[in-house]
Amino acid sequence: MPVINYIQAVTQALKEEMQRDEKVFVLGEDVGVKGGVFRATDGLYEQFGEERVLDTPLAESAIAGVGIGAAMYGMRPVAEMQFADFIMPAVNQIISEAAKIRYRSNNDWFCPITIRAPYGGGVHGALYHSQSIEAIFANQPGLKIVMPSTPYDVKGLLKSSIRDDDPVLFLEHKRAYRLIKGEVPEEEYTLPLGKADIKKEGTDITVITYGLCVHFALQAAEKLEAEGVSTHILDLRTVYPLDEQAIIEAASKTGKVLLITEDNKEGSIIGEVAAIISENCLFELDAPIKRLAGPDVPAMSYAPPLEKEFMMNPEKVEHAMRDLAEF
Amino acid sequence: MVNVNRRETVTENRHKKLGLSDEQVLEMYRTMLLARRIDERMWLLNRAGKMAFVVSGQGQEAAQVGAAFALDREMDYVAPYYRDMGVVLAFGMSARDLMLQGFGKADDPNSGGRQMPGHFGQKKNRIITGSSPVTTQVPHAVGFALAAKMEKKDFVSFVTFGEGSSNQGDFHEGANFASVHKLPVIFMCENNHYAISVPLSKQVACEKISDRAIGYGMPGVTIDGNDPLAVYEAVKEAADRARRGEGPSLIETISYRLTPHSSDDDDRIYRGKEEVDSAKEKDGLYTFASYLREINLLTKELESKWDEEMKEIIDDATDFAESAPYASPETIYRHVYAE
Ligand SMILES: Cc1ncc(C[n+]2csc(CCOP(=O)(O)OP(=O)(O)O)c2C)c(N)n1
Ligand SMILES: [Mg+2]
Repeated sequence: MPVINYIQAVTQALKEEMQRDEKVFVLGEDVGVKGGVFRATDGLYEQFGEERVLDTPLAESAIAGVGIGAAMYGMRPVAEMQFADFIMPAVNQIISEAAKIRYRSNNDWFCPITIRAPYGGGVHGALYHSQSIEAIFANQPGLKIVMPSTPYDVKGLLKSSIRDDDPVLFLEHKRAYRLIKGEVPEEEYTLPLGKADIKKEGTDITVITYGLCVHFALQAAEKLEAEGVSTHILDLRTVYPLDEQAIIEAASKTGKVLLITEDNKEGSIIGEVAAIISENCLFELDAPIKRLAGPDVPAMSYAPPLEKEFMMNPEKVEHAMRDLAEF
Repeated sequence: MVNVNRRETVTENRHKKLGLSDEQVLEMYRTMLLARRIDERMWLLNRAGKMAFVVSGQGQEAAQVGAAFALDREMDYVAPYYRDMGVVLAFGMSARDLMLQGFGKADDPNSGGRQMPGHFGQKKNRIITGSSPVTTQVPHAVGFALAAKMEKKDFVSFVTFGEGSSNQGDFHEGANFASVHKLPVIFMCENNHYAISVPLSKQVACEKISDRAIGYGMPGVTIDGNDPLAVYEAVKEAADRARRGEGPSLIETISYRLTPHSSDDDDRIYRGKEEVDSAKEKDGLYTFASYLREINLLTKELESKWDEEMKEIIDDATDFAESAPYASPETIYRHVYAE
């Protein structure tokens, strides 16, 4: 199987979906001639032309809103937010419009848009090029939020997002773009939205996380394995709506649960995961549910020591996992 | 052309020049009248405690109907705002549909009783579903126009909003996007002088809302919103232009909001009765009726026939909708996602 990196999986998924279905098109800032500031749409402009790889004016509410209109008509737009941090001008379109179109029209209209956005820190991006924004959207029924961790998941889940008949926010970890590589089959495949995935089977402690933190947990688990601690790792993949059953099973498997996010702690996705576990797994738990998250300060800083203090890393994860194993 | 009628007054036949037949202008007037009568009935139902909320198009029917008749009602898409009863009636929504919406009943085609009245949407008639936050529909209409261009279809999209709402980013972002990409969309601002209580002078500092068009490189015109023929002409021209691939247009129609903002508003707090009364003299429903009378199209007999008919239609719609069932409570769980 060929090994590709995370961003190549994005590009492949877009390209194959555009080949498969003429209604699929890409719109966003710099996505055309330049192929995107991260080069996620590299080569698409040359292959599909400027009508299907649309360089839009610099206006996020229009990128989302025009995409929503086209989706209601019957197109399959994939809108790119250049950075997740700059999705804020489009929040009204995403929450008031995309998420509610099916519901408010009593199923008369629907809105099959995919909105891609690179998120996450560790790239010297400071406050406004590092944020995790999923929690803002994670109590909006009607919307799905997908946050893949591996190239295999990126490709399969992005294809499913584009084919899905409801709006999907597809968040790509920008540090993972070139850092994370993995095998991706040449044959066509898709992966189901709304399903978490066990990234490692284990028996002593359970880690539930998503995005880049999955890799930190896998690295830490390898170290702990040598010390005789076996870690079970569940990758949420879709962070809204959550895969409750998978969370309950993973938590019950070891009775010791560590939840990890790169986002600020209070109000984050993992708080909801903790609630699901505490509602369902009281008698299975052997330790308090632990949360490892970013600090509750507005966002990540620029200077390296400051960024490091905020950003999740394998050492922080390993430390928390060891603490839990010893509980 | 000049037409001398029996009362010795001279009224020019304006609609023929626009390519409108006598039947068409009568149908325009009838649609305006129906919108007004339904609206009036809704206020009565509201004051009688039967309909919780009414938001009114009174005073804007001429602009709405004039515009709708200039579109291709078999093909074009409309993204109306909450006062556009005239637009949705012209696009095929029925009095029963509107009353079902007013009462929030299960068979309301707009939302099955989920949304407040005035939140239109009906796919079979190409009426795009709308929401409450103002102006979000503008980029949607641009998206439909983008789809028309990409799919090489001949339809245009038409979107309306108030003058206060023309301050929202979505208007500016949508207008600019449409013009850059030369998309077949018509932006129509129904300037009724108020945004709830805030007068035009406190909304914008430019002389006309249509002045905003120049910033986006599209034509902008301001026309008398009480004159359905003037609106027809402007929208027709914009639609032709759009279909020729020349891009969007901005049309501002000047009229006056004859009712309070909604059934929950008391407009005596912020405007005088004299102002409202003098606006009523220019009410497009009456001035258009006068025109049609002067050219001998709208006869006494026709008027009384229509009065009868309207009463019947609205009585029927009211009774039908009032006695129709609500959706059952467990339906609130449905249609969050595709089933
Ligand atoms: C984003 C947003 N802000 C505020 C409101 C509350 N609101 C509803 S209508 C309205 C006034 C709109 O005025 P205008 O655009 O002139 O339209 P009109 O009602 O006069 O037709 C306001 C402030 C809203 N619906 N949406
Ligand atoms: Mg107004």
